[in-house]
Order: sequence, then structure tokens, then C-alpha cells
Amino acid sequence: MGPPVFVAFLNGYTPPWADQVIERLAATLPYPIRRVDLRFDLRPYYAPERRQHHATLLLATLLRHLPEPGGKIVGITCEDLFIPVLTFVFGQSQLDGPAAVVSTYRLHNESYGLPADEELLRARTVKEVVHELGHAFGLVHCRDQRCVMRASTYVEEVDLKDAGFCDTCRTMIAARTA
Amino acid sequence: MNQRKILIVDDELSVRKSLEEWFREDGFQVETAEDGEAALKKMLAGPYDIIIIDLKMPGMDGMTLQKRVREVDRDATIIILTAYASVETAVEALKQGAFDYLTKPVDPDDLSHVVQNALRQKELAEENLRLKEKVSELSLPTPIIGQSPKMQHVLDLLRTVAETDSTVVIRGESGTGKELIARAIHAQSRRRYFPIVAVNCGSIPETLLESELFGHEKGAFTGAQYRRKGKIELAHGGTLFLDEIGDISPKMQIDLLRVLETKRFTRLGGDQEVTSDFRLVCATNKDLEKLVEERAFREDLYYRINVFTIQLPPLRERAGDILPLARHFVQKYARAMAKPPMEFSPEAEAVMLAYRWPGNVRELENAVERAMVIGKGPTIQRSDLPLALDAESPDPKDLSLEALEKQHIERVLAQHNGNVTQSAQVLRIDRATLYHKIKRYGLRR
Ligand SMILES: [Zn+2]
Ligand SMILES: [Zn+2]
Repeated sequence: MGPPVFVAFLNGYTPPWADQVIERLAATLPYPIRRVDLRFDLRPYYAPERRQHHATLLLATLLRHLPEPGGKIVGITCEDLFIPVLTFVFGQSQLDGPAAVVSTYRLHNESYGLPADEELLRARTVKEVVHELGHAFGLVHCRDQRCVMRASTYVEEVDLKDAGFCDTCRTMIAARTA
Repeated sequence: MNQRKILIVDDELSVRKSLEEWFREDGFQVETAEDGEAALKKMLAGPYDIIIIDLKMPGMDGMTLQKRVREVDRDATIIILTAYASVETAVEALKQGAFDYLTKPVDPDDLSHVVQNALRQKELAEENLRLKEKVSELSLPTPIIGQSPKMQHVLDLLRTVAETDSTVVIRGESGTGKELIARAIHAQSRRRYFPIVAVNCGSIPETLLESELFGHEKGAFTGAQYRRKGKIELAHGGTLFLDEIGDISPKMQIDLLRVLETKRFTRLGGDQEVTSDFRLVCATNKDLEKLVEERAFREDLYYRINVFTIQLPPLRERAGDILPLARHFVQKYARAMAKPPMEFSPEAEAVMLAYRWPGNVRELENAVERAMVIGKGPTIQRSDLPLALDAESPDPKDLSLEALEKQHIERVLAQHNGNVTQSAQVLRIDRATLYHKIKRYGLRR
């Protein structure tokens, strides 16, 4: 087993399925998964004209809260995230770096005017968290239709892929722990 | 496959960082440069598959850099980044051979499409295959070209209405570019961070239109194997563009009116209410008032949508835009066909100016594309243009001197956007005489 992956639902955001996300991650990644509670002031990252939070700055703060050197941390927030040049992002990470962040904002059915579907939201969140962590473990986008590392720029694309890695990506992740 | 290389040139560190991370995650080898000089230095180390250039930078601007880059690597694939306000300059960059442009903030999906198209085109070019697809399928919407007073007026209206959230009806003959205007409204509105979803109501049979707009649940009708979201739902947060709104059936009119009033609806075969917050932009070439009078279009729906109207002039009323548009289409298809840009012979230009263009800009675009396919050599000739000029306007030899003079003055004025001083110079008469003739012939400037 490699160094631990810390999963932080930020600022007390506790969806009913938070524990299930942890379980799915433990089943997918060959690393110990630990849930941590993290709270910090998000206001400095808020861009009022866009009504969104700056993902890169948020990522830098997460990095400072990494509980253990050598580990990875992924933050999960319900705020809408952006990076300066793009309209929005589902999440962001540093390729081969220690930190990642995922926003559930545009994973909610309600963001598209649909009735809430917690089960679907959980499934999407798991996929995006695994995807961003995959980047943190050095994986780039994969062309396999079902692989979780496939790039998805809108939510229906997230629904099309599986929550797990394809054989190639899984082998690459495993090679890192060996 | 070799790792693809991309160079990002932008003076803003945050933009460089974001794009660098984005492309690294997509498997690119990424280099960044903060200005033109640094970019050119990096280029000396070897070619890049794609170079992304910010248009507005202190020091060497994006346009100059593009030129310098071409001197180093003639085949460089350049994508321009621009603020919406500078789109005209970006269009200029396309003429200089940039592959495409993206307006900030960029939709992730657009970014990924443009980059994939650029790579695809590069691969094709490398295999020395000629691209047969039209550029319209390869790239983002065409920019609006129009220096004529009438189009400038349209663009002023567009800017005014874009910022509001009110419903807009775009009217004009077919082929005048109504969808382009709708997209420009969206791009300049506060909803630009969300999608614009377009539906052509006239081209879809009524039964299909219903499920197209409202979506359906699995099993809603024979063949509905999956649940599918409707266009109204997909437009949530953004803009819904309904083209040919005058063509929808009475039943659809009722359904649509209800959605506009409540912003709620149910999918076909479903009982759950769905909410959608969208801005409506519609377009038609029909006479809506007449349809209302004939009771073919509901009056209540008419008043609901007829909040703000933009009237697009037919191409023959903006003759000053004909040649700039024609040259724009030459550039566009030259890129798609991997041909050097062609020029028009004086006779070809004259016939384009004299023709009435019943199919408007779309007809002009088709004519140019066809001429570029069949034309030989670097010049497009009169014979390459399939314009039945004689049937459209009387042959000069049958006209009286007075009629001929009137026609000629009209054309010259149009070419100079109604500028009397310039037109008088071309006609070699003084301004007072020209004013007199304009009045006598009842010409409009
Ligand atoms: Zn990714
Ligand atoms: Zn994979």
C-alpha cells in the first residue's frame, strides 16, 4: 500500500452518500483512503462577477492542508468552480501532484433544471473524484470509452463512462505502488 | 503516437497556468511563453503541433506574433484567444491563416473541439489529403461581417439587447444569417457561461419536434428506448434559439406558450415537472402579423415573444458588404480545401454586385464555395459564378440612359456605404450634383 489519500468534504458539506464515496474509492484505488474534516474561508476565492470560485487558488490552499507529506488530498465542494480562461470546470488537479478538487455543483441534476437524483449525483461525484485523483497519480486522459480517465466536458459524458479504470490505466496506477 | 506538443502564449500567468494544466492532463507536452519574444525563442527548439496565442499582449501583439511565427514555421497551426470585444481582430487573424479563434471565457467543450479539429486537420494535411468537409463543420460560428450602415444598425441593436434578458425575435429573409445574430446575442449576454441550444422548428416534423423540445421518458412511444432530454431542458441557464418559429403547429404553440409562462414542463411520457431557466431568441422569415391575422399564429404567443425585434436586411440592401463577405468566404474555403486564397476578376466582382441575391448571404457563400471548387487558377472568373444575372435585372442594353444612370449611382453608393463624397469621386461628379441626382431618382443612402 502506498501513502494515504485524504478525502475532505469541505466546510461541512456532508451529502448523505459521503461514506459511500469513501467506500468506492477504497475499492478502486490501491491506496488507504482517509476521510478528513477541513474548513477554511472560501471568500477570497470567490469571483462575484462570475458567481464562481477560483479552482486553482482553492487547490493551493488544499495543498497547505495536506495532513501528511507524500500523501494526496482531494477536496469536494458544492460550489461552482472555474479557472480563469474557462467558463467552468468540474474539478481540477495537479498532474502527478498532491492535490485535487472536485465540484458537485454542475453534477447536480438541479443545475440543469431536473429533479434531484441523489443516486446519480453520488455516481457522478465518485467518477469525478476518481478522475481527478487519477491525474494526481500521473494519468492523462484516456481514449477508452468506458474508462474513468476519459475527458468529459459536459455532464452527459460523465454519465457515459464507468467509475473505474480501464486495464491500461489500472496497470499504470498499480505500477506506481509497486 | 508521438506526444503532441503545444505552446501557449499569454501575458497572464493565471491563464498560462490553467491552460498548461488542462493540456497536460489531456496528454500534451506543454510549453508556455509570456510574450512574443519568448515564444519565438521556444519555437527555435523545434516545431509545435499547436500554438495558442492571446491576441492582446503588451509588447508584440498576437497579430504580429502570428506573422513572425509563420516566418519560422509556415505550417504552424495557430489558435487565437480573444476577448469577445476584439472578435473583429480575431477574424483578421483567421484571414492571415489562423486555424480558429476562441473567445474568453472559453467553454471547455469548445476548447476541446477546436483543439481536436486542429489536430485532425493537421493529420489530414500531413497525409496530403484534401479536406472535403466544410469549415462550418470544423469551426466555430462565422463572425458577423457588415460595414454597411444597415448592418451597423443591427449590431448596435444587438449589443443593446444582448445584456438584457428579454426575448428577441430576429426577422429577415432566409439566408440572411439569423442564427449568427442569435449566437452573437448569446455570446454577449450574461448567460454565455451556459449553452445556446438551437432548434430549427421548420425542418422537423411536428411529432418529432415535440420530443425534440420537451424530451421523453423511456417507452414514451415506440422507439423511445432511452430517456432523452429535450432542447428546452438542455438550454437551462443559457439561451434557447428557435428558428422558423412561424412554422410551428397550433398544438406546439400552446405547449410553448405554457413553457414560456411557467418555465416548467414535463417530458413526453413523464409526470415529473422539469424547470428550465432559459432566454428565448427566435427567428422567422414569415410575416408573423399576417399569420396572426389569419389565425395561423396565436396572438398571445405573438405578444409573448415579440418583445424586441431585430430586422436583418436582405443582402441586396447592403451591397457594400457583398465583396467583403465574398472575400471572407474565399478565405474560409481556402483553409478548408487547403488551397491558396483566390481573387475575383473585375467581371466576377461586377456580377456579384449587380446580382439580386434572393438567397442572401447563404447563396453568396454557396456560390463562392462552388466557384472555388470548379475554378482553375488563382482567379475566380465571371464564368465560375452560376448567377443568372440576366433574369434578375434588366440587361443594360435594354435600359434607358436615365435608368442606367440611376442603377449605377445606386450601386456605387452601396459600395461606399452611402458615403456621398467618396461616391462622387468615383462617379467624377461634384457632391452637389450627386445630391441632386439622389433626390431626383429617390435613392436612399
Ligand atoms: Zn481530466
Ligand atoms: Zn484508461
